[in-house]
Amino acid sequence: MQSSDKLVIGGVELESRLFIGTGKYPDDALIPAVCEASASQVITVAMRRVDKGGSGVMGHIPPSMRLLPNTSGARSAEEAVRLARLARAAGCGNWIKIEVISDTRYLLPDGYETAKATEILAREGFTVLPYINPDLYVARACVDAGAAAVMPLGAPIGTNRGLRTKEMLAVLIEEIDLPVVVDAGIGRPSHACEAMEMGADACLVNTGIASSSDPVVMAGAFRRAVEAGRAAFLAGAGAVQTGKAIASSPLTGFLR
Amino acid sequence: MNDPILNDHPILADTFAPGEEHFDEYLKLWPRERREELASRATAADVRAALRKDVLHPEDFLALLSPAARPFLEDMAQRSREITLRFFGRAVNIFSPLYISDVCTNHCRYCGFNADNHQKRRHLSVDEAAAEAFALADAGIQHVLLLTGDARKVSSPQYIAEVAARIKPRFASVSVEVYSLTLEEYHLLMQNGVDSMTMFQETYNRELYEWLHPAGPKHDYLWRLNTPGRAAKAGLHGVGVGALLGLDEFIHDAFCTGLHAWWLQKHFPGTDIGLSVPRMCPHEGAFEVKHEVDDRTFVQYVAALRCFLPRCGITVSSRESADMRNHLVPIGVNRVSAGVSTAVGGRVVNAENSGQFDISDRRSVEQMTRDLAALGYQAVAKDWEGCDR
Repeated sequence: MQSSDKLVIGGVELESRLFIGTGKYPDDALIPAVCEASASQVITVAMRRVDKGGSGVMGHIPPSMRLLPNTSGARSAEEAVRLARLARAAGCGNWIKIEVISDTRYLLPDGYETAKATEILAREGFTVLPYINPDLYVARACVDAGAAAVMPLGAPIGTNRGLRTKEMLAVLIEEIDLPVVVDAGIGRPSHACEAMEMGADACLVNTGIASSSDPVVMAGAFRRAVEAGRAAFLAGAGAVQTGKAIASSPLTGFLR
Repeated sequence: MNDPILNDHPILADTFAPGEEHFDEYLKLWPRERREELASRATAADVRAALRKDVLHPEDFLALLSPAARPFLEDMAQRSREITLRFFGRAVNIFSPLYISDVCTNHCRYCGFNADNHQKRRHLSVDEAAAEAFALADAGIQHVLLLTGDARKVSSPQYIAEVAARIKPRFASVSVEVYSLTLEEYHLLMQNGVDSMTMFQETYNRELYEWLHPAGPKHDYLWRLNTPGRAAKAGLHGVGVGALLGLDEFIHDAFCTGLHAWWLQKHFPGTDIGLSVPRMCPHEGAFEVKHEVDDRTFVQYVAALRCFLPRCGITVSSRESADMRNHLVPIGVNRVSAGVSTAVGGRVVNAENSGQFDISDRRSVEQMTRDLAALGYQAVAKDWEGCDR
């Protein structure tokens, strides 16, 4: 059963439900080993880090990985669109993670601009994965705009705080028919496992792996956590005791 | 110097709309006496509380800069390191400054480019500036910082724009550290490929500022103080601020620098606000440094800035020794210069002059990359892609 459990985004079937990143590493030369240990098939890379000559970070990404260029640095839909086109022109394929952030204090995504960029790029044939707050309306706007998946945050980017937006994520998982990829805030494998148990379709983890003391070992830990969480979701969790005892005088005891 | 060609500073009206707050107005809420009183009243408990908070307020920052924080230096450094790792990882951006003209009409008492220093001046032609810049690009630099003296007629905004446009194809990012410009002039630079700027206030002590800058366009304290806000309003992606430590008492300029960056973030949330932490050497030329900042205090400053402004880039220049810079990277610095010359020319074009200040850290780009790797950090040459039209 597990073997047929594939994630499909933009018509592409993926075995792995762990997406990884390329930022914050002590050495980009670690990336191939991280890719292997994570068994990930999708890797995001900021266009702002991509060298025109193809050297730098791009030189370390194994060719088997599917690139998910992102528009980090964009402050508006227009800027994100420009970066996406640049990514395609640079041979990074037609997947794009829209990241529009116009607040440098909290690095929270701008839902309105993100939805606008999604619409333009989806029309141009991109497979668009917008990074959003787990807001139902923004997520729906992205669906309507032609997104291929939505990427809601678990906590503000770089905080490693886990699923602080759990209630809202649950709403998106329930209501949005596209794949939901939890992005940002996942600092530990247990956070990723929790997201998968809830029914998220995948997780994107960068800081949690890259800024750990041993990124390769941590990548392996995240792989197992995502797999465990997914298996648990598919198996269906048992009932959880809510902490309240059953009343000694049942309210419905009078019914025969 | 009373050269009529050079002294043509226009009286420039500020370009903020009525009702918009200028930083100088906000700064009035923090008079020297208030800063002094709060800093002297800060306790160990205040410092501990500040270190526990996720979001610090100016009062917390002041506690971290105060004498009460001195026994907590290691805790501050640890906290700063943890924040830096989360937001910047083990990656350090490298850039190089490029001095394209040292013709200057200012009389800054502490500066090697002071108009009273009758040294030979050098002003690079656009071709010469491009040749120097391309030598940097060949060495692996992708973020370049253009610097000029303050001489509007010689190094006009049009000249700076022309140099920027010429070199932009070889660089991911072109930024400027030049005299204060108007909103329209910043637009001109942006149209020609400039994406960010840095403006050192030197000191936030107005009286001292006016004494230190007795003549020349830079004498106008308010005009300079409100320049970073004006640049952010113009739409530049990055705006950097910094005081020159050593001019005034540490606590005041340190606090006002952080406050300035914090205020800019609040008012221009889309702009990347950066911090630089230049510190005067004990004897710079003939200038007597009155308020020398020792190494412990300097580290306290960097750690306090990081705790207060977690997502601001912090730059340490080659004024500092290689040893100090190597130790500051794991604490909180995420941007360093490499392959630096503070003289105009020198790479391709012959330099005939001395630099603006003495460099302590003369490491090449290659050496810096190796040394960062040895510290467990990666030198990142490119971290910007112009996404404007």
